[in-house]
Amino acid sequence: MFERKQLSHKASRAAAVAAIAGLAGLAPAKATDSVKVGLILPMTGGQASTGKQIENAVKLYMQQKGDTVAGKKIEIIVKDDAAIPDKTKTAAQELIVNDKVNFIAGFGVTPAALAAAPLATQAKIPEVVMAAGTSIITERSPYIVRTSFTLAQSSTIIGDWAVKNGIKKVATLTSDYAPGNDALNFFKQNFTAGGGEVVEEVKTPLANPDFAPFLQRMKDAKPDAIFVFVPAGQGGNFMKQYAERGLDKAGIKVIGPGDVTDDDLLNNMGDAVLGTVTAHLYSAAHPSQMNKDFVAAYKKAFGNRPGFMAVSGYDGIHLIYEALKKTGGDTDGTKLVEAMKGQKWESPRGPISIDPETRDIVQNIYIRKVEKVDGELYNVEFATFEAVKDLGKTKK
Amino acid sequence: MTAILTNLFDGVAYGMLLFVLACGLAVTLGLMNFVNLAHGAFAMAGGYVCMVLVNRMGWPFFAALPLAFVSSAAIGIALERTLYRHLYTRSHLDQVLFTIGLTFMSVAAVDYIQGSSRVFINLPAALQGQFDVLGVGIGRYRLMIIVICGLLTIGLQMVLAKTRFGSRLRAAVDDPRAASGLGINVPQVFAFTFAFGCGLAGLGGALSAEILGLDPYFPLKFMIYFLIVVTVGGSSSITGPFLASLLLGIGDVAGKYYVPKMGPFVIYTMMIVILIWRPNGLFGRTAAR
Repeated sequence: MFERKQLSHKASRAAAVAAIAGLAGLAPAKATDSVKVGLILPMTGGQASTGKQIENAVKLYMQQKGDTVAGKKIEIIVKDDAAIPDKTKTAAQELIVNDKVNFIAGFGVTPAALAAAPLATQAKIPEVVMAAGTSIITERSPYIVRTSFTLAQSSTIIGDWAVKNGIKKVATLTSDYAPGNDALNFFKQNFTAGGGEVVEEVKTPLANPDFAPFLQRMKDAKPDAIFVFVPAGQGGNFMKQYAERGLDKAGIKVIGPGDVTDDDLLNNMGDAVLGTVTAHLYSAAHPSQMNKDFVAAYKKAFGNRPGFMAVSGYDGIHLIYEALKKTGGDTDGTKLVEAMKGQKWESPRGPISIDPETRDIVQNIYIRKVEKVDGELYNVEFATFEAVKDLGKTKK
Repeated sequence: MTAILTNLFDGVAYGMLLFVLACGLAVTLGLMNFVNLAHGAFAMAGGYVCMVLVNRMGWPFFAALPLAFVSSAAIGIALERTLYRHLYTRSHLDQVLFTIGLTFMSVAAVDYIQGSSRVFINLPAALQGQFDVLGVGIGRYRLMIIVICGLLTIGLQMVLAKTRFGSRLRAAVDDPRAASGLGINVPQVFAFTFAFGCGLAGLGGALSAEILGLDPYFPLKFMIYFLIVVTVGGSSSITGPFLASLLLGIGDVAGKYYVPKMGPFVIYTMMIVILIWRPNGLFGRTAAR
């Protein structure tokens, strides 16, 4: 009995070895006619919803458009970095050296995108940033192209909009990390230039358990509105406590870049968010036919609404497809980056393009207000600022 | 003046919440001399049980709270009987390694089952918003926390000081050998105490979802607060952690209100100052055992 067990164990091991050898034998033969995309995303950890949205969107795009471009088969390899830059770096190294990928893409947070930048430069392959949003990113390597957004884009616009629409005194509440500081500085710059006044400025710790004391301070400062930037996950907590403390009844509005009312979480926030005005690149309620189809397909495949991260991932993989079409399947990294510059297309978020100078995205920024549509909460767009470039680039 | 009182009220509510979350840890660490860093995982379990009952199955919030307690206690007793009791005699390092591993497993499990996004429990309308008493803003939900946690504290103190079970527990802690010689079933007393501590954590988790937020990283994010409460309070009684929770809660809220730039550091500064002044905590005896 014992011996037979061992025998069968041996047999199964031999089979496994043979299978692996077989796979290994197949791989090089295929390598010539396939293009590999290494997708480095936070699939676990606090930023996991970003990773999941982007992965879903990439899957959806490939289901819709097929997995062959210019005669090459597209292969996606997903690596989880949990938004920790050290892990991003290791993952990028493995992808470039072992898997010989032709693109690295994804990157949930700024430090992750920066950690991979020198590797993209060294290996001369395109790094497509699908989420991280500080301005500096695209300046760190000539191979970085971005399809998401920069915080400067939405924060400056909401600053302009606020002063022109009767909001004179603002208190700010931003998370104390690079994107939060970007959002705050760009908002302040445009808001005060237009004649507005910042009466109270609070930076909350990133791992902040309770907004109550900060909100009480805002309430006592009696501003016309609060400018808020907190990471997407904390938006719900903020809005709930904002309502609990009666700031909505005190006539203090909430304004900000759209992260605080991300479509992903908006429906769980309750009616207190009604009337919140934000500036952002995408709303699931964007009234184009293309977006309606996109939202319907995404909902059907994954059971929930796409947020702005999903659209950034969808556009990122589109850009990779288009670049390959333009080079006719040539996978030389430098040629691919050249092919990406100046690309223009219609996205579910509206018309977008890649700035050939900065390799950063140029897109419409919409002013939206949270409203109830068919019993669900949506960011309904009511004004458009067209073809907004990133204003945060240091002047050369 | 009203601002001071509003802040005081918020601080007391926050402190009470910290106490219910942390006092189970004070019990295991102080009374049983066992380092249970997975304490936050029991709190998270209670929070998620309450969320599922209220949001998905339509239970009333107040009916779900006791169940959050019971389910965390049940998980606690199951783990105590199967895993924890083997570690009572092991070194503290073994206990730390084991329980922190358990914490990571709970994080991964909840992430897998519930997803990583933050969830909220649907509160009844009666608990939402604020009302004014002479210009002081009283949050209804925070008032409820103060009432529930206040009653619990009194009850807990009564049980420990006045009941037969309380004296058995104290005997079992002070000298387990003599206690079992006197016919006290020491393992049973410990198991029950452990489960009760876990239950309190579960209740705390359910109550805290509204204020602290509930996601799979809860045990990791708030472990530091639980530990601060227990170290500052001293781990040999219930009064110590209770006063420490209040002090830290009020201090944290006041710090964030009056010196927002210092914000999160107020609580750490308080801890350092108190520990320099009294290294065993406010009410610590020199080492429990």
